[in-house]
Amino acid sequence: MKTNIYALPRFSLRFVPIWRRNFMVWKKMAGSSILGHLADPVIYMLGLGYGLGGMLPEVGGMPYIAFLAAGTVCYSTMNSASFEALYSGFARMHEQRTWEAILNTPITLDDIVFSEIVWAASKSLLSGLAVLAVIWLLGLSHSPLTLWLIPLSLLVGLCFASLGLIMTSIAPGYDFFMYYFTLVITPMVLLCGVFFPVDQLPPLLQTVSSILPLTHAINLARPLLNDVIPAHFLWHAAVLLGYALVGFYVSLVLFRRRLSQ
Amino acid sequence: MNTVLSARNLRKSYGGQMVVDGLNLSIRRGECFGLLGPNGAGKTTTLRLLLGLIEPDEGELQLLDHAVPEEARGARLRVGVVPQMDNLDPDFTVAENLLVYGRYFGMSDKAIEARLPELLEFANLTHKRDARVPTLSGGMKRRLTLARALVNDPEVIFLDEPTTGLDPQARHLIWQRLRELNARGKTLLLTTHFMDEAERLCHRLAVMDNGRIISEGSPRELIERNIEPQVVEVFGGHAAAWAQSHAAQHAQRFEVSGETVFCYVQDAQPLLRELQQHPQLRYLHRPANLEDVFLKLTGREMRE
Repeated sequence: MKTNIYALPRFSLRFVPIWRRNFMVWKKMAGSSILGHLADPVIYMLGLGYGLGGMLPEVGGMPYIAFLAAGTVCYSTMNSASFEALYSGFARMHEQRTWEAILNTPITLDDIVFSEIVWAASKSLLSGLAVLAVIWLLGLSHSPLTLWLIPLSLLVGLCFASLGLIMTSIAPGYDFFMYYFTLVITPMVLLCGVFFPVDQLPPLLQTVSSILPLTHAINLARPLLNDVIPAHFLWHAAVLLGYALVGFYVSLVLFRRRLSQ
Repeated sequence: MNTVLSARNLRKSYGGQMVVDGLNLSIRRGECFGLLGPNGAGKTTTLRLLLGLIEPDEGELQLLDHAVPEEARGARLRVGVVPQMDNLDPDFTVAENLLVYGRYFGMSDKAIEARLPELLEFANLTHKRDARVPTLSGGMKRRLTLARALVNDPEVIFLDEPTTGLDPQARHLIWQRLRELNARGKTLLLTTHFMDEAERLCHRLAVMDNGRIISEGSPRELIERNIEPQVVEVFGGHAAAWAQSHAAQHAQRFEVSGETVFCYVQDAQPLLRELQQHPQLRYLHRPANLEDVFLKLTGREMRE
């Protein structure tokens, strides 16, 4: 009668009340949250974009600040989902015992993990909208294709929320997350073409870069901002979705092992 | 007989160690049932098994006509839980905690709002409706947790050490509320290691140790079945020496614990006459209680 912890996730709409709970908490500090989503990319784009950009001719066939804008959309959305899935997710699971309270109701662990992913992706969506607003206000792109950055933000959010939750599921404490940021997120930012084109890297690192999810996100975002339909867009989207699905499944198995044994 | 919960031969082990070892349990509608046991006896694991939060290695379990854990979701819709550790939402007010929790049961905001005044009244928190959780006292938090467990109007309420860490005033208020719930027909299942709590509240008790139920019955039955009716506690520096030479003559059974000797007797008169002759010894004569039973069944040594 042992149920299998490797069983496929069972979806239900019961994740919705958990999403609403998180939204209610977020609303209480929405001001500072939105300010953070806006200030961070503005500082990056103005500082690096105009500062560094002033010394550079075109990068990748566009002004440096426009080049950087595409990287910033992906970088910001990745960060939002990662912080939410790691630090806030861990607080809800471990420190505040919010999950424990929820599990005493008809909601199951599968619903909770799914709600965490959807919630973290919602934060990414918000972050993507904030960067997009800055891009429009600075006049960095006038292409209607930039609207595609909205669903892309959600997809990047789903991807990095799922990957982040794997860390949360095995974390003994907050300090553990430094490994993830130092060993995964920071290299990803430097290898995936946020600040400079990937073809500047040695061939081996280019190969590494090609399997990292952020690269695929940037390969979608950059042409869109440049008013070009991205080459192989289905492939890039499929890679991001694949990371999201595998991350969701692996984290769910690990959470089941941690909490329902 | 109307049984709301029945467990047969439940087993659960962690890393080769049996935490719940062949547990049988049957709880009737409307009763208050207490699970007693020292720390580490397996009480909390048992509750988690009964709620379907973890899976037994063996055994059969029915809660409110649902097989658990397979149909635990359906069972938990009609159950309320007061956990041992506080897990209220610290970012929310009292009323928001109840609202958010009711939504987890699929209740509409309107239905929850309609229940709020009654729940707040029951928890004596009407005046704290808009206070944030961190500003509440320990007793208020417990009462809010109890109110939260009632939001779905459950038939059965699980309470894991409901008064641990509360001051006497706060404990008495919780006890009063639990009796009211019981009087309204709710079935209560509580774990505790406070014998006075068990004796006051519970119709039936099970004493648990090392994952097994070692005795079961009403508080009175447990005392009658397991222990002599009278207890004389003898204190003082010479008590242990006195016990070695004299206690066995006048007591059916005695135990030495530090500087106190516990003598268990059918008739205390001969022992009391003997004690009059030792003015250096102080003593206390009292009827046997549940704590005596508990210590006899689970031993006096510390559980750490």
